[in-house]
Amino acid sequence: MKKVFSRPKSLKENFIYHYCPGCGHSIAHRLVAEVIDELGIRGITIGVPPAGCAVLAYYYIDVDMIEAQHGRGPALATGIKRVLPDRIVFSYQGDGDLAAIGTAESLHAANRGENITVFFINNAVYGMTGGQMAPTTILGQKTTTSAPGRDITLDGYPIKMSEILCLLPGVKYVERCAVNSPANIVKTKKAIKKAFQYQIDGVGFSMIEILSQCPTNWKMSSIDSCKWIDEVMVKEYPLGVLKDVTAPEKKKGK
Amino acid sequence: MLIGEAAIRAGCRFYAGYPITPQNELTEYMSENMRKVKDGIFIQSESEIAAIHMVTGASAAGVRAMTSSSSPGISLKQDGISSLAACELPAVIVNMMRGGPGLGNIAPAQGDYFQATRGGGHGDYRTIVLAPASCQELADLTMDAFDLADEYRNPAIILADGMMGQMMEPTVFKKAKPRNYSESFMLRGAGKGKSKIIKGLVLPPLEMEEHNWKLARKYQVISDKETRHEAFNLDNAELVVVAYGTAARITKGAIKRLGESGLRVGLFRPITLWPFPVKALRELSHKVKNFLVFEMSTGQMLEDVRLALQGYANIDFHGRPGGVVPTPAEFAIAVEREFRDKDTYGRQF
Repeated sequence: MKKVFSRPKSLKENFIYHYCPGCGHSIAHRLVAEVIDELGIRGITIGVPPAGCAVLAYYYIDVDMIEAQHGRGPALATGIKRVLPDRIVFSYQGDGDLAAIGTAESLHAANRGENITVFFINNAVYGMTGGQMAPTTILGQKTTTSAPGRDITLDGYPIKMSEILCLLPGVKYVERCAVNSPANIVKTKKAIKKAFQYQIDGVGFSMIEILSQCPTNWKMSSIDSCKWIDEVMVKEYPLGVLKDVTAPEKKKGK
Repeated sequence: MLIGEAAIRAGCRFYAGYPITPQNELTEYMSENMRKVKDGIFIQSESEIAAIHMVTGASAAGVRAMTSSSSPGISLKQDGISSLAACELPAVIVNMMRGGPGLGNIAPAQGDYFQATRGGGHGDYRTIVLAPASCQELADLTMDAFDLADEYRNPAIILADGMMGQMMEPTVFKKAKPRNYSESFMLRGAGKGKSKIIKGLVLPPLEMEEHNWKLARKYQVISDKETRHEAFNLDNAELVVVAYGTAARITKGAIKRLGESGLRVGLFRPITLWPFPVKALRELSHKVKNFLVFEMSTGQMLEDVRLALQGYANIDFHGRPGGVVPTPAEFAIAVEREFRDKDTYGRQF
């Protein structure tokens, strides 16, 4: 009988994810590991997990890893990549990490055009600390620090980091995906693969934003969380390729 | 500039920094000269915080890495310095101290002694702190800092001030030692082998406790083996000034004048501020009973001197904080006044 589903070689053996039931992180981890397998880059990849739920990514994804202090992933990745330009370096960050405390590091690593890949997990809350308002929290969304719902006059607007980074010439590829349905998961994997391939080809900075469900802090069932991404989040954060500098050239080539 | 050249000669191949006075000459030197050496990397970072974390990445990737700044910038770097210590990664951090707290000013001061010698950031850790007092030492100690950082896999700090940074003196660069640092500590991709993790997060308290004790045992070894000091003019001294860096240079100038007026004064100059040369200072107190701590601060190293002498000697303090650099003549007058006045001698604050 043919084996059609198994653990990617770049995921460690014999672990149980610490993530809550229904969380999107484990899907994103698996996709990253599958792509690392498919591109055959496990031995040359170095990952930088963030402060937050995903800090323990180093217990799951089987590549060399160094944890970053909160928000500093792109700075660490810069240091690693400049020293080891032939390695594949990625930073894996949440919305608070990337779009609040680490905004400067994200923006400037992108602006320098560092040839690294950033995975930006956007679940519109601070997950690990218990569901506080994130910079990406949707207007009206109730969190533990925006109990009546996010209010423009107090909290400002949800920040769209992917769109902001697209303005920078150093940024070569940005796509927003989601891991709330099989179809979106397949698209996310393709995007991850393209981003890593661009890094291998020396194209430059790429970021994949992944809308990810957080049932625990959204106080929803897993199924409702997946629906909420489609019905609410996607309206604020539309899915799709936001920037791909190599795409037109490829078309011309054909 | 001396520090930059010494660092490159010591094999430093990664420098990240952010402009701040009074240490811009070093950043500029690195910008110009890192690109001239093979595999040399210079990054002008977007912030002090980014600089120290770039250094962390470079250090993890296996090269000798350095950043530099001045007081307010060093406060920002503590996020990364604490992390380097937790992850046991080597790095060299230069602090050309200026007047503080807050933005303070840009004049030479020694107000960051506590920050440097007590860890500086959060958590149970120490950094190796070297305090040069001449251009020759700026060069020598910079090279030593890289060796010590590697040997103990711990951040090492060069603690000097704007005065030291602006001086010119003839200097001879010593030959750098070959680097002794295992590939097994470096994060370079797992290859076909087992993947590695560098981390400071240790969630179970018992494991965290063990990690803290492991670091503490390392710090004990450093304390036992790595203290350095200079003893100057101690024979028959009736008073010993304890001072480091620029304050120690001023003291040397004052000692000559004081000798001419009949007061025999010696200098005990800690070169390592952490580990503090406790044993040597304590032994000195068997011979000399009068000490004067002189700092360009309101009294920080003073606490270490008190701890070392444990009440077995009289300790007076002379401080000039805020970026004031007294002349040797001014300091000599102050010493004479304070030492001769038996009513106030030995009384602090």
